[in-house]
Amino acid sequence: MTVLAVAEHRRGELRDVSDQLVAAGYDLADETDSELHVAVVGGDTAEYGDRLNRPSVDVVHTVEAGAEFNHDVSVQAVEQLVDAVDPTVLLLPHTVNGMDYAPAVASRLDRPLVTDAVDLAVDDDLTVTRELYGSKVETTVDVHADRAVVTVRPGEWPPADGNGEASVEAFDATIDESQVRSTVTGFEEAVSGDVDITDADVLVSVGRSIEEEENLDLVRDLADALGATLSASRPIVDNGWLPADRQVGQSGKVVTPDVYLAIGISGAVQHVAGMKGADTIVAINKDPNAPIFDIADYGIVDDLFDVVPALTEEFR
Amino acid sequence: MKILVTVKEVTVVDDEFEIDGLSIDDRYVTYDLNEWDEYAVEEAVTIAEDVEDVEVVTVTVGPERADETIRQALAKGADRAVRVWDDRLAEASMLDPATKARLLGAVAEEEDPDLVLTGVQSGDDSLGATGVSLAERLEMGWAAVVNQLDLSADEGVAHVHRELEGGVDEISDVELPAVLTIQTGINDPRYASLRGIRQAQSKDLAVKSLDDLGLGPDALDSPIEQTALYEPETEGEATLFEGGAGETAGELAGLLREKGVGQ
Repeated sequence: MTVLAVAEHRRGELRDVSDQLVAAGYDLADETDSELHVAVVGGDTAEYGDRLNRPSVDVVHTVEAGAEFNHDVSVQAVEQLVDAVDPTVLLLPHTVNGMDYAPAVASRLDRPLVTDAVDLAVDDDLTVTRELYGSKVETTVDVHADRAVVTVRPGEWPPADGNGEASVEAFDATIDESQVRSTVTGFEEAVSGDVDITDADVLVSVGRSIEEEENLDLVRDLADALGATLSASRPIVDNGWLPADRQVGQSGKVVTPDVYLAIGISGAVQHVAGMKGADTIVAINKDPNAPIFDIADYGIVDDLFDVVPALTEEFR
Repeated sequence: MKILVTVKEVTVVDDEFEIDGLSIDDRYVTYDLNEWDEYAVEEAVTIAEDVEDVEVVTVTVGPERADETIRQALAKGADRAVRVWDDRLAEASMLDPATKARLLGAVAEEEDPDLVLTGVQSGDDSLGATGVSLAERLEMGWAAVVNQLDLSADEGVAHVHRELEGGVDEISDVELPAVLTIQTGINDPRYASLRGIRQAQSKDLAVKSLDDLGLGPDALDSPIEQTALYEPETEGEATLFEGGAGETAGELAGLLREKGVGQ
């Protein structure tokens, strides 16, 4: 039996999630006494193939397929590789690009797909643990099939490290150009303004519970009183209340301030990915079950509309 | 031109809740139009306003209760709606992507749209796989996590930005017909006007069974089964300040001063 994990790269770099996929693959291969194969499609396959040669990896498959990810190419390459290797479990990343091709791969292979795994176990069946309702609850999902495709949430497995003794093998995929219906023409960095939130020592960060744009003044006043920089979670930026360069999280900036004050932020996984490296995290939220309290060092379970003005007053 | 928008009625769970077997106790849930789908509906309706002769059809899989949700899309400007339902779906706690793609795909095949818009993911199951599964099933092009869309119907191409991690967009051209999964923030979803809400009541909402769509009962066979639902063990070791707002704010102020903040 074989577990196959497919790495991810972008603009000349193997992305961190790749080593996490290797680690998840290792756990699964160890539990099921399987071989662990790793693959990389496109990019600098010589360098990536070498990097992915981690301890306990049996084979690294490198597939020449252009410099950047293209889902139509990846779908065809991975489909052919799966036909050749026949892995019991195919592991792909639950990233933006993973979401752009994993469902198509599963569909073509006619294998069940479970996405966004935070844990994996094998008894008789493969059991995938995932979260529901914005991380409020966890669920286990059993896959009643002998083959499956699973996408793995970034940041859940500690990355594989070190050098292994895998054989690195080039795999020739035949890409049918007539099936390539999309073309990547470039990349664009989010426009940044005059404030760099990644430079701030203290961030006052505001989330959905602020409810109305007018209420932002409450947190602005607090940030001013503390001499802190204002940042935000995604809904505030989606609403156009603050510019994109203020957004903390997976699709925004990763910040590591001394103090991060999360106000009315529930702490969805995409947000936490951007701020978990802060030295001290303080959360104010009226929902005692909000996931933000799982990573906060200090917390107040109360209405921000009561606490924030009182806190501002303390510093005036 | 025809645009098909898939929408979902999602389960919204209260802050405080109880679990009943494999679901959240009814007393603690409400239902709403999926947040991502609101942006997909808005994108479709905006295109229909800008381009002549565009019909916007919304489709959902859901029980009678979901009529309320799909009427929200009609009130915002969609022209008509299709709801797919079979009572056996009530027992399926989590629909796998392939089943969803089969059901929605059957409607898409009848409608033959030029463009299909879905939300990136749903706020409850968050599988994030419906759109791309559907595209593959329909043999259409696709792009996932689209945060900018410029449709060039004459050229038969959608120019899109895909929102990658870390504040980087990928810029792509996708051949039509295509399925695009729409990210929040791509537009500013409108509120339904009173007139829109009134009009929505008289717009066509067709309910289709598996039979109507030419699907056999095995269309619902799912290889995945939800086996447990529980509250995750809290990993938190947060020190909580307790008391009234004045008290807790005072204690937090003390802590912040200790850390050298606001000095």
